[in-house]
Amino acid sequence: MAAQPFYSRGMSNTEALLKVENLRVEVPTRRGTLVAVDDVSFDIAPGEVLGVVGESGAGKSLTGAAIIGLLEPPLKIAGGSITLAGRRIDNLPYEAMRRIRGKEIGAIFQDPLTSLNPLYTIGRLLVETIRTHLDLGPAKARGRALSLLREVGIAGADERIDHYPHQFSGGMRQRVVIALALAANPRLIIADEPTTALDVSIQAQIIALLKRLGRDHGTAIMLVTHDMGVIAETAHRVAVMYAGRIVEIGPVRRIVDRPSHPYTKGLMASIPRTAGPRGRLRQIDGTMPRLNAIPPGCPFSPRCTEALDRCRRERPDLMPANETQAACWQCAPVAEHANA
Amino acid sequence: MAEITAPGAVSPSAVPRPGWARFADSDLWWSFRRSPVTVVAASVACVIIGAALLAPLIAPHDPYDLASVSLLDATDPPAWLPGGNWSYLLGTDNQGRDVLSTIFYGTRVSLLVGCSAVLLSMLLGVTLGLIAGWRGGIADTMIMRVADVQLSFPAILIALLIDGVAHSLLPREVQTRITLYVLIAAIALSYWVHFARTVRGSAMVERSKEYIQAARVIGVHPARIVIGHLLPNVIGPVLVIATINLATAILTEATLSFLGVGLPPTEPSLGTLIRVGNDYLLSGDWWISVFPGTVLALLILSVNLLGDWLRDAFNPKLR
Amino acid sequence: MLAFIIQRLFQSVLVMLTVALIAFALFNYVGDPINNMVGQDTTQADRERLRQDLGLNAPFVVQFARFVGHAVQGNFGLSYQQARPVGQIILEKMPATLELSFMAAFLALLLGVPMGIYTGLHRSSWGSQALLAISLVGVSLPTFLIGILLILIFAVLLGWLPSFGRGAVVHIGWWTTGFLTAEGWRAIILPAITLALFQMTLIMRLVRAEMIEVLRTDYIKFARARGLSNRAVNFGHALKNTLVPVITITGLQLGSIIAFAVITETVFQWPGMGLMFIQAVSFADIPVMAAYLVLVGFFFVIINLVVDLLYYAVDPRLRVEREIAAGG
Repeated sequence: MAAQPFYSRGMSNTEALLKVENLRVEVPTRRGTLVAVDDVSFDIAPGEVLGVVGESGAGKSLTGAAIIGLLEPPLKIAGGSITLAGRRIDNLPYEAMRRIRGKEIGAIFQDPLTSLNPLYTIGRLLVETIRTHLDLGPAKARGRALSLLREVGIAGADERIDHYPHQFSGGMRQRVVIALALAANPRLIIADEPTTALDVSIQAQIIALLKRLGRDHGTAIMLVTHDMGVIAETAHRVAVMYAGRIVEIGPVRRIVDRPSHPYTKGLMASIPRTAGPRGRLRQIDGTMPRLNAIPPGCPFSPRCTEALDRCRRERPDLMPANETQAACWQCAPVAEHANA
Repeated sequence: MAEITAPGAVSPSAVPRPGWARFADSDLWWSFRRSPVTVVAASVACVIIGAALLAPLIAPHDPYDLASVSLLDATDPPAWLPGGNWSYLLGTDNQGRDVLSTIFYGTRVSLLVGCSAVLLSMLLGVTLGLIAGWRGGIADTMIMRVADVQLSFPAILIALLIDGVAHSLLPREVQTRITLYVLIAAIALSYWVHFARTVRGSAMVERSKEYIQAARVIGVHPARIVIGHLLPNVIGPVLVIATINLATAILTEATLSFLGVGLPPTEPSLGTLIRVGNDYLLSGDWWISVFPGTVLALLILSVNLLGDWLRDAFNPKLR
Repeated sequence: MLAFIIQRLFQSVLVMLTVALIAFALFNYVGDPINNMVGQDTTQADRERLRQDLGLNAPFVVQFARFVGHAVQGNFGLSYQQARPVGQIILEKMPATLELSFMAAFLALLLGVPMGIYTGLHRSSWGSQALLAISLVGVSLPTFLIGILLILIFAVLLGWLPSFGRGAVVHIGWWTTGFLTAEGWRAIILPAITLALFQMTLIMRLVRAEMIEVLRTDYIKFARARGLSNRAVNFGHALKNTLVPVITITGLQLGSIIAFAVITETVFQWPGMGLMFIQAVSFADIPVMAAYLVLVGFFFVIINLVVDLLYYAVDPRLRVEREIAAGG
């Protein structure tokens, strides 16, 4: 089954594949309801790689989980909508959503060691996934499994297809995971920290693999990570999340070279540079607030060096700023006097 | 001019909060109040334990005062049945003793044996576990080998064996006097393994943590490290095991007494009472064993429930 | 694979020897074989001579070796209480215990595993809560109390089932079976249930706990993310992973049924090895106690060995040692 170029999949080039609007994920606890994802909106175009970057606990993984419908109770979607190719998917019954999982939206998780069932051969895992979504007989399914393995770069696929997960190294396992996620040719893959658990040398290979596969199959990727370097390498656009909200979103080069939001600025500034003059390592003072202690107004205001009075009182929504969108009152004048 | 961290944010550096601080956390109390079953279990347990402790004061009769026991009253049914007598609320046994009073005293003995056995096995198990986990090496291997071998046999057999051997070894006169201690020792020796294993696991985990290594580098005496740092971190799981072990210990003691190798009828526990009553079951005098049986069952059940709740409350994964 | 088997066999032999050692120590030092064989007025000199004749003055190792040699042939000396060969007594009683244990194990597995799966999959349903509550009671009630209760209800009040004994048995060679008579079946029901109840609840809670753990893992999450059906996830993946560790622990639990039979046999006066053991303890019949110990040790070691081998056969991680690390 050759990969179809994405623009011939019955959609116009500019129509968004995934539309997330005002998504809100809450978790009721005995001390009250906590908001883990707060009014998050973004689009992903077909074939696009959207990076979602932020600290641990910023809500990136939960956003991905909400999109694919795997929020663990008591977490639940409390507002907003998620639309895939024009069809709402956040309110579907379990069985309907299950059919979308794997077939339309795939997922890759962080730890390849624990993502694969140790008791089954990878061939069995692949064939099972393939036959769940595609109408293929066992032989044809195995053939497809083999070609998938070769495509993700597993040498000697003919033998290795009958091996168990523990017989693969970490990087190889993640390739198998990617093969499994691609098995039914989904249009979107949510990659949640796909390289964090791997050696640095392997990370580059896996990222390159993801990029290539995305291009070849026209698969959009939502790449969730806390590693800005990976984003800079791979993504077309970036969304920066903080305390459950998107604080800045825009093309990756803009975000990296000319960030508008103070948090993004801080992030970029804290990346150690190997070239150029070396100074002390910069950091953003303080830490991200816990879910039960989010300050009123802009959640970043306690740590922000450019905070205004207004920032502590009113919560900013995303507004145009310097070719990106940032949730910052500092950008309001920019929006009003739209300057390049 | 950056502001200090937002309220509630905690620095992730690894200074652990000692066990007792977590203990006193409102989480534990909150989860207790929230579970009606646990509250009921705790109440029942308190009532039974209270009754047992106050036995000499509140028992209507002293069943072991031979002067007050009369064979004429033997095997009277409970008060509300025909032939019953309101001064013997739950009936009398084959010797004319008031069943209610024997239950009071019997529970006392059961609890005494159970608690002592658990305390002893906790002492033994925690100590051995700390040694094994802290020192590692030969001590660890040896202790764990013994534990493994012992674990492959059911505790009741081990208790039976120790008990039986003690009975054979000791001359008859000494036997009746120290039966109690032999029983406690037998049960304690059967159940130390669980404590040891858990404590050893925790000790090994903590041993490699930075704050312990720092303490060692500074030159703090190992004993102080072990007692001051390792021990508090291990108290949670140990308490859970202790509670569940208490139920098991009471159960084991009752079983041993029922089988005839536990406490004698002159100083009976609930198990002994049931055994005595068992002989009269077939002839229809059911109350002699059913009432002690019910109390025993309630006691073990409530302690088990408390142990279950404790385990859930201390389980970090469920929070 | 072979290395593994040999290592386990070696371990088993070691454990057996330890058990034999304890039994031998019991045999020789706790009981005095001489004192129980002769009357009160035998002189000291005669006793000494008897000791010599019986080789009781030989060094420890020699005596132990002899003991082991005898034990392997099934010779455990004479019972103090019954004055007949212990081996013979054991042979008589063994079928009763084995049949009872087998029945109980069968019941425990038959009911425990499915209940565990159900309560693991449907954690908050009413059925699960009810089953869990009952299981808690099952774990809390002492086995003998359950036995007494059952006797009270079914034998005394209702009169449906016998309250003691094995009923009519059929002799086949040296084995006696109660499975070929209606009476035998009626007699085994209550004891088997009593014995099975504790194990059943343990197995159920174990399977449930393991199932819940497995359902929380990343590979189950990934399986769901791939859109596999509930049946495939729950029964294809979760169940298989649950049963692997459950096999080992269950196997060991079933081994302990043989030990718990002691209690059940006492309550129901079931003529098996357990009852024999209790009577031996009361009487301080050391040879019988020692023999029982060795026999039970033997059963345990065998069961442990079988379980280990099963585990090895079922978990591929143990089988294929070499990891093929062909780059990343």
